[in-house]
Amino acid sequence: MAITGVLLKRSVSVIPVLGVVALIAFMLLRFASGDPVAQLAGDNADAAAIAAIRARLGLDQPLAMQFLNWLWRMLHGDLGTSIVSGQPVTALIAQRVGPTVAVSITTIVFSVLVGVPIGVLAAWRRGGWLDRFAMWTSVTGFAVPTFAIGYFWIYLLSMQFRLFPVQGYVPLSDGLGLFLWHLTLPTLTLSLVYIALIARVARTSMLEVLSEDFVRTARAKGLPERIVVFKHALRNAAVPIVSIVGIGIALLIGGVVVTESVFNLPGLGRLTVDSVLARDYPVIQGVIIVFGGAYVAINLLVDLSYTFFDPRISQQ
Amino acid sequence: MFNDFSRRSLLKAGAAGFAAGMMPRIARAQSGKVIRAVMHAPLRATDPVINTAWTGRNHGLNIYDTLFSTDSKFQVRPQMVDAYEVSADKLTYTFKLRSGLKFHDGAPVTSADVIPSLQRWAKRDTMGARMMTFVAELKPVDERTFQLVLKSPYGQVLQTLAKPSSIMPFIMPARLAAQPPEQPVMEFVGSGPFRFVASEFRPGSRAIYERNPDYVSRDEPSDGLAGGKIVKIDRYEWISMPDFQTAANALINKEIDFLEAAPHDMLPSLIAANDVTVADYNPLGFMSVVRMNWLTEPFNKQEIRQAVMYASDQADWLDAQVGNPDYYQASAAMFGVTTPLASEVGWNTKPDIARAKDLLKKGGYKGEKVVMLQATDSPLLSGSSTVTAQKLRAIGMNVEVQTMDWGSLLARRVKQDSTANGGWSMTHWVTTTTELMNPLASTVLDTRGKSGGFFGWPEDTEIESLRNTFALESDAAAQKTVAEAIQKRAYEVMTHIPGGQFKQPLSHSKALKGIVTAPAPLFWNVEKTA
Repeated sequence: MAITGVLLKRSVSVIPVLGVVALIAFMLLRFASGDPVAQLAGDNADAAAIAAIRARLGLDQPLAMQFLNWLWRMLHGDLGTSIVSGQPVTALIAQRVGPTVAVSITTIVFSVLVGVPIGVLAAWRRGGWLDRFAMWTSVTGFAVPTFAIGYFWIYLLSMQFRLFPVQGYVPLSDGLGLFLWHLTLPTLTLSLVYIALIARVARTSMLEVLSEDFVRTARAKGLPERIVVFKHALRNAAVPIVSIVGIGIALLIGGVVVTESVFNLPGLGRLTVDSVLARDYPVIQGVIIVFGGAYVAINLLVDLSYTFFDPRISQQ
Repeated sequence: MFNDFSRRSLLKAGAAGFAAGMMPRIARAQSGKVIRAVMHAPLRATDPVINTAWTGRNHGLNIYDTLFSTDSKFQVRPQMVDAYEVSADKLTYTFKLRSGLKFHDGAPVTSADVIPSLQRWAKRDTMGARMMTFVAELKPVDERTFQLVLKSPYGQVLQTLAKPSSIMPFIMPARLAAQPPEQPVMEFVGSGPFRFVASEFRPGSRAIYERNPDYVSRDEPSDGLAGGKIVKIDRYEWISMPDFQTAANALINKEIDFLEAAPHDMLPSLIAANDVTVADYNPLGFMSVVRMNWLTEPFNKQEIRQAVMYASDQADWLDAQVGNPDYYQASAAMFGVTTPLASEVGWNTKPDIARAKDLLKKGGYKGEKVVMLQATDSPLLSGSSTVTAQKLRAIGMNVEVQTMDWGSLLARRVKQDSTANGGWSMTHWVTTTTELMNPLASTVLDTRGKSGGFFGWPEDTEIESLRNTFALESDAAAQKTVAEAIQKRAYEVMTHIPGGQFKQPLSHSKALKGIVTAPAPLFWNVEKTA
């Protein structure tokens, strides 16, 4: 009941947030330089042809009217039609969401599986070689640009050893093996920075918990170190780790554009960049709303997960 | 014996074994009659009458057909047309379509389809619009025969119907051609050698074409855009790859078969690759253009426009754009270096700094700001803009380079205001030589000024008069004489400065044979041998 109440309350609070996102997205595009009609009309168009295209697209109407029309259609589930391709925006997003979500999930799962143990072990053996190596690796992960990591993996594992394809995406429906085979290099590329981030947060959080009284008590009771670290300490250190994983997922969905370009993944990041370059307003607005919704939903899930790791939060 | 093996080779051998079991996708890309091609840009807008970009033209060439085409020697040849006659008074052209032509939906191609297709196209295309001012009537005679009746003789009818680049007069079914030219056609039905697989179209990502089994090819060898269009593959996949390094790697790794526009600095690594051929199939290539705005100071004065030309060196632009002299040629030719109208009259492409400074003085230059629009998302345009800015500063001009993406530049360049109010002074762009090789198609020679002219808005009645003379002339030698006069006058008043001509070789798998030499990438006649 408590969780249902929280869900309901948070869901209602999402509406004004998305409203503000919609307004900002709409206004930003209108005030940015560039004109989709000039691009669409081409070099040979005269003023009459440009005016006709502008009218067809509804771009000759007052801004307030354009915004309200878009909002009204959006409330009915219609994100509009691409100015450039003439395809429905929902269809374009549906075509592109798969690769972005797939690479985000594989990246975050891999990053958690590697980053959390590294952080925990680094904290457990603070100051030792493992700690130093883990922190050196995490600094490297932050410092090296994603595209450079991507080209490194391509050169080594695709061009030299021919283990993985250079580029491309295969949907899960074509087979799990092919799906994972194509996602391996993008995942390795994107993971490095997230492994670094998660490892550092996990280490800091674990260091704080490991110095608390209940850990000393558990050790004094003679519990095996494995149980002390992974059962008692890790669960209490989980909240910051879950927060950073949640933020990581949200950042990944909107921030994989470089990786999508390097590995030719036809995802949402590329759709966004292409649409910005073409000033395809409806598509950009639609993608921003989807990203905004995803951010809000992920934050909500993260908040709810706190109650699992720390029951005191739900009581509050 | 084991000394022959390095750790690296053992690792490679192991990797190869692993990969052999893991790479069905790559194998699929190589097998069968499927060509996976990475083109210079992805396909987004599909109506070739609205999408004036080369992507629209290339898409159109796959799925539509034209009445006439130009061959590799720039001669006009019938394509959908079987035979035609011109009346003795040169006022009536009668065309008969080839028999058996069918649209992809199975309907026959008739005169009733051709006429609205030409009318819709002519509302968008400069050459088409000009021809239509001479046309009294376009009328069907029977299912396969139609007439174009002129008000007065016009020498460019066939050249216009065979226009080799954007916007090309593609023939569509009448029901689609009936749409207003501002409204995109969203049903992809043509009568061309390929059929568009709409269900697999992902705008900006991939476009799929399959062989049209009902296509009736001319019984002639392919020659430029003309001749037979026999499709020897089952399917051709136009794939988008935003990163050319990835595309080059994919070609070397045999994941794709064809790469249209690898940047020139990547060509050496592609040439060195074992299974890749790098070759030029478009001898006409591309031309750069430097355009000054006649409406704003200081380029509203002829002497100052001329000063820019004498400060310039084509070779410097081409070095910044292409870098390798094997792929470029400095030339004053405004209609292309190897085209029938080629001429070097007007400029020697070399700088004359003393003359440039003298012309600045004569023009009364007083340090007015030159606002240069630079598209930084295009390496071809960005480099040459930087060169020009430096050349102008060297002769004492006050240059402000305003950087932006190409989309912003397109919106900005239509502004006719002063530079203080958002206008501009000069900019660069690149186009195909085919779009400049005819004085009527060449938008940079449109000198109708601020009402009706092309951006930059040069105004010169003499050039307009010469273009009209060219339009009425049908004799090739006389056309060349008029074209030379146009070029001479264009250099005098400085409509634009040609930035030289360069080639963009194609890179493809050695398994591909029979690629046609043409001003656009074509996939008919191409065989995949492995």
